[in-house]
Amino acid sequence: MESSLATPQPPASPPVAGKKPTGATEGSDTWRLSDRIGLAICWFLGLLFCAIALAIVIYLLVQGITYLKPSMLVTPAAAGFSEGETGGFSDALIGTMIVATMGMALALPAGIAIAVWLVEYGRPSALARITESTIESIAGIPSIVLALFGTVIFQSTALGFLSRTTEGVVFGRSFFAASAMLSLVALPLVVASVREGLNSIPRHVREASYAVGKTKAATTRRILLPTCRPQVATGAMLGLGRIVGDTAIIVVLLGATQNFSPVEEVPFPLNYLRGAGTTLTNFVYEASPTGNLNQPQKAYAAAFVLLLIVLALNAAVDVVHRRSRKVGTWSQ
Amino acid sequence: MSTPPPIRRLSLEDPPAASEATAPPRPSSNGHGPSTGGSPFTATRRSIGAPQFSIRRMEIDDVSVHYGEKEAVKHVSLPVRQGEVLALIGPSGCGKTTLLRSLNRLTELTSTARLSGSIRLDDVDITLIEPTLLRRRVTMVFQQPNPFPMSVFDNIAYVLREQGSRRQKKKTLEPAVHSALSRAGLFEEVKDNLDHPALKLSGGQQQRLCIARALAAQPEVLLLDEPCSALDPQSTQVIEDLIVKLRDDVAVVIVTHNLQQAYRVADHVGFMYLGDLVEYNSASALFNKPREQRTREYVTGAFG
Amino acid sequence: MDEDLTLEEYGPKWSDQRVERMLGALVLFVVGLLLALIVTVFVHAWPSFDHNGLAWFSSGGSVDDQLEAIALSAQAGAGYVWTFHAWPLIWATLLIVGTSVLLALASALFVAVFIVEFAPEWMSNILQPVVRFLASVPSVIYGLIGVVVLVPFIGNHLITESQKASVAGVISLTGYSLLAAITVLTVMIAPLMVSIFSDGLRSVKPGWLEGSLALGVNRWRTTWKIGVRTARPAIVAGTVLATARGIGEAVMLAMISGSVGWSPNPADGLIFIYEPTRPLAPTIVKNIDQLSSKPMNATLFSIAAVLLLSAATASACGFIARRAMRKYGTP
Repeated sequence: MESSLATPQPPASPPVAGKKPTGATEGSDTWRLSDRIGLAICWFLGLLFCAIALAIVIYLLVQGITYLKPSMLVTPAAAGFSEGETGGFSDALIGTMIVATMGMALALPAGIAIAVWLVEYGRPSALARITESTIESIAGIPSIVLALFGTVIFQSTALGFLSRTTEGVVFGRSFFAASAMLSLVALPLVVASVREGLNSIPRHVREASYAVGKTKAATTRRILLPTCRPQVATGAMLGLGRIVGDTAIIVVLLGATQNFSPVEEVPFPLNYLRGAGTTLTNFVYEASPTGNLNQPQKAYAAAFVLLLIVLALNAAVDVVHRRSRKVGTWSQ
Repeated sequence: MSTPPPIRRLSLEDPPAASEATAPPRPSSNGHGPSTGGSPFTATRRSIGAPQFSIRRMEIDDVSVHYGEKEAVKHVSLPVRQGEVLALIGPSGCGKTTLLRSLNRLTELTSTARLSGSIRLDDVDITLIEPTLLRRRVTMVFQQPNPFPMSVFDNIAYVLREQGSRRQKKKTLEPAVHSALSRAGLFEEVKDNLDHPALKLSGGQQQRLCIARALAAQPEVLLLDEPCSALDPQSTQVIEDLIVKLRDDVAVVIVTHNLQQAYRVADHVGFMYLGDLVEYNSASALFNKPREQRTREYVTGAFG
Repeated sequence: MDEDLTLEEYGPKWSDQRVERMLGALVLFVVGLLLALIVTVFVHAWPSFDHNGLAWFSSGGSVDDQLEAIALSAQAGAGYVWTFHAWPLIWATLLIVGTSVLLALASALFVAVFIVEFAPEWMSNILQPVVRFLASVPSVIYGLIGVVVLVPFIGNHLITESQKASVAGVISLTGYSLLAAITVLTVMIAPLMVSIFSDGLRSVKPGWLEGSLALGVNRWRTTWKIGVRTARPAIVAGTVLATARGIGEAVMLAMISGSVGWSPNPADGLIFIYEPTRPLAPTIVKNIDQLSSKPMNATLFSIAAVLLLSAATASACGFIARRAMRKYGTP
């Protein structure tokens, strides 16, 4: 990555007259003391960020490797006297995958649809502006507020079929509820990414398609969206990252348990999905010293697995970026 | 590091006999005239007579500039004198802009650029001078007017503040700002509202503001990279008048692809083609009696 | 590859009009959802505001006791208790988010300038993934590390015994503190700002930067006086985003800042950074178990309403600031 100014060189000492010319570089006379201090601060902070990141990674790596036993990934949590007897967190792991899948199943199509509407249609323009503001606002709403909203929606009797209902009282916590609210968390990221992708396609591509008689819908479906696959993938993975990392919505809408608690008398898989459960984030929250369980070893293990998942998503985004850069761009 | 030599300014005992070119230039036949004898240029030259004096300011000595594999400038030698306007002409891609940018070491911003040969400012090799200090003595005006997104006053004050060592109050800077604007011929037009956003000025005014900015640094050499190519004829005229008036104070080097412009303002002209300096001569000699065949072809419009 | 679909075949089923209407319906649904959210939150919050009036925002009594009373009142059945004076929580939010945003702003600005202009290429190639990594770590992991590393460090090594003794009767200093919260929150929000600031810096017109250099201004001052100045709208946008994130951060702060609704008082001297506290968002998480009881429900929703208002205010301030910045230029 080339900076917009020269590749920097460290400040050189002023050349002495009579010596062989070495090419005076910037920094000796025209940089005031405050400038130099500023550059020193830059270096210090840059290195500090690297150090913090390294510390986090190393710490979790060490603790995770120490305490993570493969059995934890497949054993559900259980009651026990000492921490070693309490099993693993397989329910949490599966729970994370469930909410991720369900959340993205809602967010991805909706996000693509909204992005397409904003870029390709967008009439009346007042509605377009409102929609943009809405998406931005949703991105800015704290997830705890979304969670509270979710309790209201999903406790209403109309939506009682989505969660456990006992004697007419809707419990309101279930995978359905959590996934629905989590999709809102991922939605703005998908919309932003797909919009960027669609906007980067020049007009003449669309015009070429209309000129042979295709509708906007067909053009979008057959030409524009396939071209945007990298951006769709990026948006999806960014959204997944947010969903996987969210805790507040899970704590409120999925319940503070360690295991699945399926609803009775309902066929699989609905019985699980309508019931409460847990995810990795919730598990770490509960297992940490400040949580209800206070099983720090399992907390480290679960945190390690969670971090690996997030890093994998990050790496995937990087790979997609690198590959799409190789393909080339439209001639403008 | 030793301070740069003081600016040598001769005091002129007799003011030059001013016979200003007041008539607007008549459109010249654009190049398909006879190739021998008569000059195709009938435009009236703006210069106030011949240069009264000339001091060698910069010496370009066998300079070649390479961008990676490509050689953009090949073994060019030229003098740059205060008291006269030097124009670099040539078709697109001939290396004139690259040569100009090497005079204030802007070519170093491109990582693949290599320069050989030497360029000297007042007999000091410019690679020995710190780039930032060099660029205060050799300032540049670009093709696209690029006033900063600040007020008119702040644009000029920016240059003055950044070169001073201590924070200066607005009042102290006012005289310098006003004088820079006057030298650029802009003061009358903006004096009532110096806090006006600079980006709201017209194109010609913006470019003159850029010239004023460049002059505020009190340079010894002023470099102009096609300053009028983005402007309308009216503004071009104003700026050309300005350029000619400046030549006594600063050495002016102007790159232009407009032959008429070069004819109007220049005292010496260097014609470049594909990186080579084909011919260097006084303006009247080069346009009316070009020595090289190539020069003749270019000046009469056989190619461009 | 599907057969070619001409206009006739696409005819009535997927016509542009129909698609547009469907997409428009989805868009309206989402907009409606947001409106429903806002309305719901305020409607559910109303009883708490109604019973407390403006005193909701003031201080008066121990906030923890009040919350307990509210929770118990629903069970006792004697009558609902609504009294709630949230000032300690508000003050904690202001302190923690305000300080973190300021610290993060300063450091993110330097790091962004560094990445875009002054870092050698190898450093840039390391720093950019580092920033992305820090931005994507889930908040619960920040909380976990804070709890097991930072809090004991502060509690055992930074706070002296005499300091603990000096406030023993009033509050216990355990390391769950303002300092821990500010530190971790700054590390959480700074990377967000760095990416936005870098994007802003990169989109400055190179003509301006080159022009400034060509006037003999050194690279450092060119970057700051011209580059950063032009990127000010991006800086404002990044700050607003980070502030909203900080205001809404519930889980990490619930783990680290301490579970006491206490107002750290700077007048206490330096010791106030060691005091535990609890901002607004974590309070919701900590009391979520009693959501079904009516008074607690209203109280929690009233806190949520205040959170929404704060995020909206931050956004509005950013918008106004960016409008004002347009005066001299066209960024």
